[in-house]
Amino acid sequence: MMSRFSTLGLDRVSRDFGGHTALEELTLDIAGGEFVALLGPSGCGKSTALNCLAGLLPLTGGAILLDGERIDSIAPERRGFGMVFQNYALFPHLTVRGNVAFGLKMARVPKADIVRRTDRALETVQLTGHAHRRPGQLSGGQQQRVAIARAIVLEPRLVLMDEPLSNLDASLRLEMRTEIRRLHQSLGLTTVYVTHDQEEALSLADRLVVLRDGVTQQIGTPGEVYGRPANRYVAAFMGYRNMLDVTVTAARGARLSLDLAGARITGLGRAPLSAGDRAVAALRPEDLEPAADGPARGIPAAVEVVEYHGREFAVQARLGDGRPVHFRTARRPAPGDAVELTADPERVLVFPPDVPAALGASRPGRRPGGSPRLRAVTP
Amino acid sequence: MTRVREHPPPPGAAPRASASRARPALRHRLAERGVDRTLLLLAPGAVFLVLLFCYPFLYGLQLSFQPQRGGGALANYRAFFGDPYLRETVWITLGLAVPVALVNCLAAVPVAFRTRGPFRGRRLITTLLVMPITLGTVLTAQGLLGYLGPGGWLNKTLLATGITDTPLELVHNYWGVFASLVITGFPFSYLLTLSYLTGIDPGLEQAAATLGASKRQRFRHVTLPLLAPGLAVTFCLSFVLAFAVFPSAQLVGDPRGETHVISIEAYQAAFQKFDYSLGSAIAMVMAAVMTAVVLVVLAWRSMLYRGATGGKG
Ligand SMILES: Nc1ncnc2c1ncn2[C@@H]1O[C@H](COP(=O)(O)OP(=O)(O)O)[C@@H](O)[C@H]1O
Ligand SMILES: [Mg+2]
Repeated sequence: MMSRFSTLGLDRVSRDFGGHTALEELTLDIAGGEFVALLGPSGCGKSTALNCLAGLLPLTGGAILLDGERIDSIAPERRGFGMVFQNYALFPHLTVRGNVAFGLKMARVPKADIVRRTDRALETVQLTGHAHRRPGQLSGGQQQRVAIARAIVLEPRLVLMDEPLSNLDASLRLEMRTEIRRLHQSLGLTTVYVTHDQEEALSLADRLVVLRDGVTQQIGTPGEVYGRPANRYVAAFMGYRNMLDVTVTAARGARLSLDLAGARITGLGRAPLSAGDRAVAALRPEDLEPAADGPARGIPAAVEVVEYHGREFAVQARLGDGRPVHFRTARRPAPGDAVELTADPERVLVFPPDVPAALGASRPGRRPGGSPRLRAVTP
Repeated sequence: MTRVREHPPPPGAAPRASASRARPALRHRLAERGVDRTLLLLAPGAVFLVLLFCYPFLYGLQLSFQPQRGGGALANYRAFFGDPYLRETVWITLGLAVPVALVNCLAAVPVAFRTRGPFRGRRLITTLLVMPITLGTVLTAQGLLGYLGPGGWLNKTLLATGITDTPLELVHNYWGVFASLVITGFPFSYLLTLSYLTGIDPGLEQAAATLGASKRQRFRHVTLPLLAPGLAVTFCLSFVLAFAVFPSAQLVGDPRGETHVISIEAYQAAFQKFDYSLGSAIAMVMAAVMTAVVLVVLAWRSMLYRGATGGKG
């Protein structure tokens, strides 16, 4: 029904709430058919960004361009964007069918077409048997599928999804995740998906936007963001649980030799660093493993807590100076064991120790177009 | 409310103990039907209801069947419905109460709609809207007489500016009572409507907007259907308040003509002619008419969706 577009441009889109900047200069080009995920912890401005896109929240700065034309002053009902709300926002007084048909009815689509398209949408989300129920009689997962069907039945040129899976239990979440990806592949709808779950974002999206306190941290493919996080904040969010303070002892390009409380390791610099600098080495627990028996040269640590995770054990240990370190291993260590930990140098990412101030939490009184600010870091 | 007190079975009571294991404890079965100790919280209300409503009502009912002047149990009712002047009071009262309740409800919707969200000065505006509650009927009547009366400011202004050459008759007739009832009744319907409206999740309207519904369509297809059951209740309360109109019909109305409402007749029978029995019979007619109207409205309401509206309020 809606015309497809080739690019949706967000140009320094900002939103203030009385002095507090919820979203700061989000710049992003979304290609037609793309699946983009906005990722960040609660309160980082994801919903704000989505509501700005939908037209439910006016911008306080910047512009939204659809194929070069400004659309940010157009009312939500005239944008032709579908939205799946976090709490579903199903109409409680209408049946499942009534909910799904709502948009078509508002657009005065002929009755026969409404029936046909509603049937097809219900079939897509496998709810044909529940068409006559009210939302209150459905489980969370079913409600969520009604919300999706209601949005996609209009074949909107852009679908916005605000943490649609966050209210579901773990197994249903996995199932619906696959469902959403399948729908995206079969219908080819351009999608902007909001989530605080990195795994969800990585598995669903073609491209990720990582936000923190309203400021864009990194934009990239799942592979880029996962393997090459732009700063230690993104790294921490991407599962780099070990953040170890180190000193650079030698630098050859990006390859750095590091001193970790006496132990020597090598890593990959993610920012210009030189010998003598203090830095932070980021490591995933699964990339750190105890060296096989023998004269190993790793990081000495003492095992403290062991958790059974099915295929492997998650272990918390302490370095010589008492700092905690997390690693995974297939063989059960005993608390108190001494281990030497090693890691692939390619997987030890080294960041400058402090996060730039512009990325800090308190930025009082910043106005759009005011002081210079940090641009999005793109690798 | 699923606490069980464990009693050790008395010696030699083995069969009973096993029987009680097969069936859930009595306390559990009662709790399943909502019977538990919190029911006691209803006691003061129930006592109050019996003493102040049921007893006077039943007393009045039996009194109405014992006419003071004899003539059989139904003599009072025959007298009331046999006299066109008396019979007419039912229609006069309905003719006031129904339009007043409708106007109150319909006026409350847009005002509540506009004042539901947070905005600057909201508290001031709601206070102003609710203020008339504190006035009472007598003060309102006095104000109306002073403002709308033949020598009131409005007529003085109209005459002075030459817009009219005879004073408008706005009090001591139907419209005086109408205005008085709207002024005193509006705050109630406004507050009720506002609370129903804030109970509707604003996300539903936003969802409707993203589905292409215009402002009008959102109101018509989302807000109104969810508000309708609340409006029915608001209408009933408004109607009952207006139906019992007495002071304003006397003070700003035409108590012997246009606003000869039923409560005036009940008052005159009981306290001027001292025929308590006839007075009771008229009061019973009032109750029956009100109940009939309320039942009709509630029957309509029962056909509407009345479940959750998703709101936080
Ligand atoms: N209507 C509002 N008024 C004031 N502050 C708001 C409002 N909506 C959101 N915020 C603030 O903006 C920030 C981002 O909120 P939100 O976009 O909802 O976060 P997320 O969806 O990422 O959890 C939060 O700090 C929140 O408190
Ligand atoms: Mg949110």
